[in-house]
Amino acid sequence: MSTTTAPTTSTPTPLGRAAAGTADYLDQRTGLGVVVKNFARKIFPDHWSFLLGEIALFSFVTILISGVFLTMFFVPSMGETHYTGPWDSLRGVEMSEAFSSTLRLSFEVRGGLLMRQIHHWAALIFMAAIVTHMMRVFFTGAFRKPRELNWVVGFTLLILGLAAGFSGYSLPDDVLSGNGLRITDGVIKAIPIIGSYMSYFVFGGEFPGQDLIPRLFTVHVLLVPALILALIGLHLLFVVLHKHTQYPGSGRSNKNVVGFPLFPIYVAKAGGYFFTVFGVIALMAATMSINPVWNYGPYDPSPVSAGAQPDWYMLFLEGSLRLMPGGAEFVTWGGYTVSLNIIIPAMIVPGILFTLLAIYPFVEAAVTGDKREHHVLDRPRNRPFRTSFGVALLVAFFILVLAGSNDLIATHFHLSINDITWAFRVLFFVGPWLAFVITKRICLGLQRKDRELVLHGHETGRIVRFASGEYIEVHKPLDAHERWLRVQHDNIRPIEIEPAEDSRGVRRKGYQLDRLRQRLSQVFYEDRVEPVTPAELAAAHSHGEHDEIASESHEPAQVGGGHHLVEPEGETTTDGRNTQV
Amino acid sequence: MSTHDNSHDLEVLDGNTSLDRFEDPGHPEHKPRRGDLDPKANKKAERQVLFLFAISVLGTIGFVVAYFALPPGDNPESMRTSNLALGGALAFALLGIGTGAIHWAKALMNDHEKSEERHLQASDAETREAAVQALQDGTDDSGISRRGALKGAVVTAVALFPLTIALPLIGNIGEDWNVSKLKHTMWKKGTRLARDPSGRAIKASDVTIGSVFHVIPEDLEEAEHPLDEKAKAVVLLVRLDPRDIKSEQGEGWSYDGIIAFSKICTHVGCPVALYEQQTHHLLCPCHQSTFDVADGARVVFGPAKRPLPQLPITVDDEGYLIAQSDFHEPVGPSFWEREK
Repeated sequence: MSTTTAPTTSTPTPLGRAAAGTADYLDQRTGLGVVVKNFARKIFPDHWSFLLGEIALFSFVTILISGVFLTMFFVPSMGETHYTGPWDSLRGVEMSEAFSSTLRLSFEVRGGLLMRQIHHWAALIFMAAIVTHMMRVFFTGAFRKPRELNWVVGFTLLILGLAAGFSGYSLPDDVLSGNGLRITDGVIKAIPIIGSYMSYFVFGGEFPGQDLIPRLFTVHVLLVPALILALIGLHLLFVVLHKHTQYPGSGRSNKNVVGFPLFPIYVAKAGGYFFTVFGVIALMAATMSINPVWNYGPYDPSPVSAGAQPDWYMLFLEGSLRLMPGGAEFVTWGGYTVSLNIIIPAMIVPGILFTLLAIYPFVEAAVTGDKREHHVLDRPRNRPFRTSFGVALLVAFFILVLAGSNDLIATHFHLSINDITWAFRVLFFVGPWLAFVITKRICLGLQRKDRELVLHGHETGRIVRFASGEYIEVHKPLDAHERWLRVQHDNIRPIEIEPAEDSRGVRRKGYQLDRLRQRLSQVFYEDRVEPVTPAELAAAHSHGEHDEIASESHEPAQVGGGHHLVEPEGETTTDGRNTQV
Repeated sequence: MSTHDNSHDLEVLDGNTSLDRFEDPGHPEHKPRRGDLDPKANKKAERQVLFLFAISVLGTIGFVVAYFALPPGDNPESMRTSNLALGGALAFALLGIGTGAIHWAKALMNDHEKSEERHLQASDAETREAAVQALQDGTDDSGISRRGALKGAVVTAVALFPLTIALPLIGNIGEDWNVSKLKHTMWKKGTRLARDPSGRAIKASDVTIGSVFHVIPEDLEEAEHPLDEKAKAVVLLVRLDPRDIKSEQGEGWSYDGIIAFSKICTHVGCPVALYEQQTHHLLCPCHQSTFDVADGARVVFGPAKRPLPQLPITVDDEGYLIAQSDFHEPVGPSFWEREK
């Protein structure tokens, strides 16, 4: 294959000559050859979970394409008009031009409804893909050096995605999105000292005012997309600079990258994947109605419908607001109102969740004491603390999401909304801890399973009876590739620090900080199951009198299930500490 | 912490590195696909790819046909049909290309994995030194370290200049910045209570016990910005059996069991629109704050802190319900200076 791509223009077909001519023209003016030489055959590893980020990218492209279509017909104005279009139930109703043009887009522009629904579904998928892509990066430790900065770029993209979604959702100026804006206004007003002024800043005076839709439109079609595009560019540039991470496996190390070349494999695969993502979104838009604003009606501050839900990525904020008891609001000594019942759920809780997410790579690096580059991903089980911490964060997030639908849960399951709210209030504090403990147990259990497999091999189901009458099951040792997957990871222990006082008994500067790092490090890594070493494996086999080949002989080392001679006594203690001697 | 002692023991093991870690067994052997061995299977895969691309072409043709043959029309049925036809055809057009290209890559293109070396992200020492030198040379050339006054001047000028953009922006973006408007609504002494949205005034005799009225000021449409005014002035009117009323926010603010509260939730401002006759509870559908109408709109449950402000009402000579005054406190969500 590689020989045909070499510049041997021995086959002068007209097309070939035209291509060569164009390439030559461009190269003489841009030096494009260097880029092609370096990138065309760049190697990328293959794994289904790497596609999550691609879904985010491709749904964003879909959003851009459908969004440009929509701007051709949408009128971002709050000017009053009376509807005269084909939709009977709203004819003659007073509404803003934004709402009226949204109706026109849906009913009179051919393919307009399809484009609206594509745009909206793609936005939901964009956010879902970002979140799952982030989960993949988090749980596999892909954020470790040298990729910490790219984690921050990705995190910023998540926030910008929220901003893009929210500003777009509000544009049709229907009664649902209008109430969403009213809630936003209430949250803004709760900001201490400057709240009322911030509200005037956003709405151009009192809510709802005349300015909001045009302002949101500029934010939605210019400001946020420009930032997202720029950051996507940076995100991908980093991917190229760092080369992609790869899952552990034989032949894959921190010094190489194993996979397929960009051209032609990923040109075809990723290109095809773009069309697939777009195609699935088109199918959704064709068959599933989304945001039928003509059923809601134009914005009016008076009516509201029960059971209204924001788009899924905003539900956590809604749930957080719903869970907070009202008693937290108070009036200060000088007569100023502090709405803690809004500040805590709308600013502090999301602030904590997002801050933890953003700074996690830096905290982990500090307490691991690790300055090396990492290009081989972790199996989540091998980092029990990180995995459980991530699951705990996710559980907190999804409890808030569910709480944002507490009214729907109440009506669907015929439960009392007050009971559900109380249940979620308790769960929000208990759930993440439970999730943490359970996940950590599962991780440690899986690691022990790996040790067990490496030391004793697979169960074969073959039962052998000895002359003495003893029965054993024969175990088959793992092959080198299977074993490597289970032993390749680093054995990470809590960091050691220098003592508080030097040899002359003088207190060392920075000791307190080091001590904190050490404490955190113990929280991260004290409970652990260490990977099998060749010495341990040899020990396991020697007890079995070197019988790994001839498995029919007496082979206690390969007997599974029961307690074992070579197995370190403490390894199965309940706290998971590896107390080998 | 027993691990401390143990890790010391482990350090001893660490001395012997060959016993400490396994060796990477290297790349596993490449497994050929069926198409690599069997030319027939290979040919079949090629036909499949061809078929998928053909589906795409048919999808695009179908889209063009649907565009002309199935206009959205003016009833929900034809709109749905048009959307389904266009979207379905588009999905075929796209999925044909997508699956075709992926199948091509997976079944027909060279599937031997290749390995590429990685290099440390950091530039080498020599480059770093040159970079530092370049910056040093540039700094020397500019003479900035010798001319302290210049440094201050350029920083000051650049830091001040954004004012020219920020000032007019901030000056205009909040309209008149008069936030005291948040504290008043257009209700005043004598304003008639009218039905929302028709604007017809309500007579006290129209209101039967247990009924609910969504209310706006009768002169709402005369306001400069009716929507802004409506956002503050909407009221919910109910009539209770006067014996059921446990408390009110002011003496004589209701009329014969007819009682009016602001409809704007004191939590974050949703309209509190769900009324339950039996319990006299008002529920906000957004965040489930619950208010007891019979007890001065006290908060019974949910994230709101304050009761809904009560609008003092009475009747005029013709029997129409009118306001005695504006609300006695700001309506809607709390803000910093609401009590000032």
